[in-house]
Amino acid sequence: MTFKDNLHVIKERYRGTKMAPAFNALHTFLYTPNEVTHNGTHVKAVDDLKRTMNTVIIALVPCLIFGMYNAGYQHYLALGEIDKTSGFLGASFWTIDNLILGAWTILPLVIVSYGVGLAVEFLFAVIKGHEVEEGYLVTGMLVPLIVPVDIPLWMLAVAVVFGVVIGKEVFGGTGMNILNPALTIRAFLFFAYPTWMSGDKVWVHGAVERDQMIAAGANLDAMSGETILGAYAQNKTLAFDYWDMFWGIIPGSVGETSKFLIIIGALFLIFTKIGSWRIIVSTLIGALAMGLIFNAVVDAGIISDSSKFYGLMSVPFWQHLIIGSILFGAVYMATDPVSAAQTNKGKWIYGFLIGFISIMIRVFNPAYPEGVFLAILLMNVFAPTIDHYVVQGNVKQRMKRLKLKAA
Amino acid sequence: MSKDIRIKKGLDIKLVGAAQHELTNAAIAQFYSIRPEDFHSIVPKLVAREGTHVKAGETLFHNKAIESMKFVAPVSGQIVEVQRGPRRRIDAIKILADTTQEAVNHGAFNLAGKTADDVKNHLLASGCWPFIKQRPYDVVANPERAPKAIFISGYASAPLAADLDYTLVGKEQEMQAAITALGLLTTGKVHVAIGKDAKSPLSGLNGVEFHTVSGPHPSGNVGTLINKIDPVNKGETVWTVAAQDLVIMGELLLTGVFNAERIVALAGSAVASPRYFKTKIGATLDTFLHDSGVEKGANHRVIAGNVLSGKQVGEDGVLDFYGNVITAIPEGNDYEFFGWNKPVFDKISSSRALTFSWLQPNKKYDLNTNTNGEHRAFVVTGIYEDVFPLDMYPMQLLKACMYNDLDEMEALGMYEVAPEDFALTEFICVSKQPHQSIIRTGLDLMLKEIG
Repeated sequence: MTFKDNLHVIKERYRGTKMAPAFNALHTFLYTPNEVTHNGTHVKAVDDLKRTMNTVIIALVPCLIFGMYNAGYQHYLALGEIDKTSGFLGASFWTIDNLILGAWTILPLVIVSYGVGLAVEFLFAVIKGHEVEEGYLVTGMLVPLIVPVDIPLWMLAVAVVFGVVIGKEVFGGTGMNILNPALTIRAFLFFAYPTWMSGDKVWVHGAVERDQMIAAGANLDAMSGETILGAYAQNKTLAFDYWDMFWGIIPGSVGETSKFLIIIGALFLIFTKIGSWRIIVSTLIGALAMGLIFNAVVDAGIISDSSKFYGLMSVPFWQHLIIGSILFGAVYMATDPVSAAQTNKGKWIYGFLIGFISIMIRVFNPAYPEGVFLAILLMNVFAPTIDHYVVQGNVKQRMKRLKLKAA
Repeated sequence: MSKDIRIKKGLDIKLVGAAQHELTNAAIAQFYSIRPEDFHSIVPKLVAREGTHVKAGETLFHNKAIESMKFVAPVSGQIVEVQRGPRRRIDAIKILADTTQEAVNHGAFNLAGKTADDVKNHLLASGCWPFIKQRPYDVVANPERAPKAIFISGYASAPLAADLDYTLVGKEQEMQAAITALGLLTTGKVHVAIGKDAKSPLSGLNGVEFHTVSGPHPSGNVGTLINKIDPVNKGETVWTVAAQDLVIMGELLLTGVFNAERIVALAGSAVASPRYFKTKIGATLDTFLHDSGVEKGANHRVIAGNVLSGKQVGEDGVLDFYGNVITAIPEGNDYEFFGWNKPVFDKISSSRALTFSWLQPNKKYDLNTNTNGEHRAFVVTGIYEDVFPLDMYPMQLLKACMYNDLDEMEALGMYEVAPEDFALTEFICVSKQPHQSIIRTGLDLMLKEIG
C-alpha cells in the first residue's frame, strides 16, 4: 500500500470521531481530498481557500526575509559595529551575520504565532466539530511582521490566544469575524503592553535590554532606535533619507519597513486576483487626500511651527505613503476579504476612509505614533454598514422599477 | 426588430468532448420512465395505475393542485412499475413500450379565432403545458397567472451544450406554430435570443422580438435574457420555454400528436465519440450511451444536462423531460498530492494564484468531478460579480437564502433568478458552497410562504 492509501485508511478510521477535524487538517495539507461534487455544478474551478491563503503567504515571504536582515542590520548599526549601508544593495546589509541574528530573533516569533494560533484553531475545531479553516495561515504570518522585534514571546502568545478566540472563534471562525484577527492581536498588545509596543527603544533588537543594563549600573551607551514617525512627532530632524524609507532600511515593526517589497507583494496579489486592487488603491488615495489637506493647512499658515502637530502636518503629502505602515496596512491588512467591505463599490469607500483616518490619527495623536491599525479596525466595524448602504442602492433601484411599472 | 445584448461578465468553460455534428438514431428502448421530480414542486396524482396500458400522449398523472394539468406518457405501452421512494413519493413511472406504437390524437389545432383560454386548455390537456416554466421560482408555469412576457433562448452557451443551430434545423414550422400559440397567452412580447454570429433556425420566426446575444456564458441563459430585457418585479410573472421543447409543442398543435422524440447531444470527455442521437423523452440511456464508447461500469459520471446544472443519473438513468444533453465525465474521487499549492496547468481557474488557465484561454480542459478543496464559509469577496451578469448582489442574496430572510431575498431580486443563474458562481466558489441548491431551497421557501 502506498502512503496515499495508508492515509486514506486512517482517515476512514477517524471519520465521525472527535479527532477527525484534526487529522483532516493534516491530511488535506498533504493531499487535496478525494471529495467529489454532488448535484449542482459537477465540475469545479481549481481555487480553494488553501490556495488563496497560500498566495498571500507567498506575497509576505519577501517581507519576512527582508525583516530578518533588517533586524540584524539595525542591531549591529545601533551598536556601531557596522557602517550605514548605501542603498538597498549595500554591502553591510545583506550579510550572513545580519541574517543569523534576525532569524534568531524573528523565527521564534513566527513559531509562537503559528504554534499558539493553530493550537487554538485545532482545539476549537475538535470541540465544535468543524474542519480547521485556513484563515490562520495568513494571520499567523502577519502577526510576526507587525510587532516590534523584541516583543517577549509570552506576550505574543497571550495576544494570539486573545486575538484568535475573541477576534474570530467567538463569532464562529474564519469567514464570520468582524475584526481582522491579526490587527486584533496587535491592538491587544498595544493596549495591554504599551511599553513594548511604542517608544524609541523597542524597534531595534537589544535596545530595551541595554537600557535595563544601564539602569542596573552598567557603563554602556544607550541604543536608540527611533522610528521616522517618532522623530516627526517630536519635531526632530530625520536621520534617514527617503530612499532609506522606500527600501526599508529603517527601524520599525519586523515586516513593514520595506515599501519596495510591499509594492512587489501588492503587484503579485493584484496580478493573481487574490488581493483587492480597489481597496489598495482607494486606501492610498485616502491617505494622499488627508496629506494634501494637512499640507494646505500648513501652507495657509493656520498653525505655526511651534505647534506640536507641525512636524507631521508639514510632511509633503506623498511622503506619508513611505512613512510608517500605511502601505503594509493597505496591501495586507485592509484587503482581508472577511473584515473588509464586500461589495465593489463599498470597497472604494472603505479603503478611502482607512487611508484618510490613518493619516489623521498619525498626525493628531502622538500617543499612537501609527494609526493605521486603529483606522483599519475602525473601518472593519463600519464595513457592514457601508455594504448595507451600497446594497440598498441596488434594492432601491429594484423598488423604483416596480413603482414605474405600477404608475 | 432585433436588439443586441452583449455580456461581459461571465466565463466560458471549454471542455473536451463536444458533440460532433453527426446524427444517429438511438436504439429503441424497451423501457421508458417519467420521473415526477423533473417537475419541481409539483405533487403528482397518479391516474394510470400499475398494469394498465397507455397510449403515447395519454395521461400518466396530473398536478394535484391543478387537476387540468396533465403529464403524459411519451410512448404507448404497459405500465410495469410505479417506483416509490420514502413516504410513498412517486419516483418514476416505468412503461414497457409496445412494439407497434399508438398515440392519442387530439386533432390539428387551428389557431384562427382561438382565445388564450382555448390554447391554454389544449396545452394542459395534451401534456404540453409542463414545457412552459415560470419565473419567479423556476417551476412549471401556473396557468392561472398571466405572464407579462415569454422568453425563449435559442443560444446555448453552457459548456458542452447541444448546439441548437444544429438540432433545430428543419423544425421551423413546428416552432412557428408553438410561438404563435404562445403569443396568444401573453399580453406582452415573446422574446427570442439568438447567437450573434450563428445562423439560427429560429431567426425566421414571425411574431417575436429578436435579441442577438454575445459574450461568455451565461449569455445564453434565459435568466440573463430576462434580466437584461424585462426583469421580473414583485407580483409579476414571466414564462420561459426551452427552444427544443417548442418542437414537441408545435408538432402537437399541427398534427394533434404528442411526439416525445428529440435530438440529444451526448458529450463529455468520458465519451469516445461524442455526437447527436435521436431518441425519446424517458428512454433509458443505455440505448445510446455505450455505443458511443462510454465504458460500462468505468469510473465516470453520467449527467442528464450540462456539467453546471445537470443531474447525476448514472448509466441506468433515463432522458429527463427537459433535457437535450447527456454528459459523461470522469469521476475525481482521488487524492492529489499538494494539490492546494502546486502550480496547476490542467484545470480552470478564475484567479492566477499559481494557476495558469489564463495563459491559454482557448484550451479545452478535461475536468473531473473533484471539488478541488473543502467546503468552507464564505471568505473571498468580489469574485462572484465577475461571472454574474445579472444586476444584483449574488453573495448577499445567497446569504439571505441561507438565513431564510424572506424580506431580504425579495429585496435583493430573488423573483428574477433560477438556480442555473448561480451555476458559474458555484463553479468558481473558493469556499465550495453549493450555490444552486441554496437558491433552490430559498425559492422553495418563498414559493411556500408567498406563493
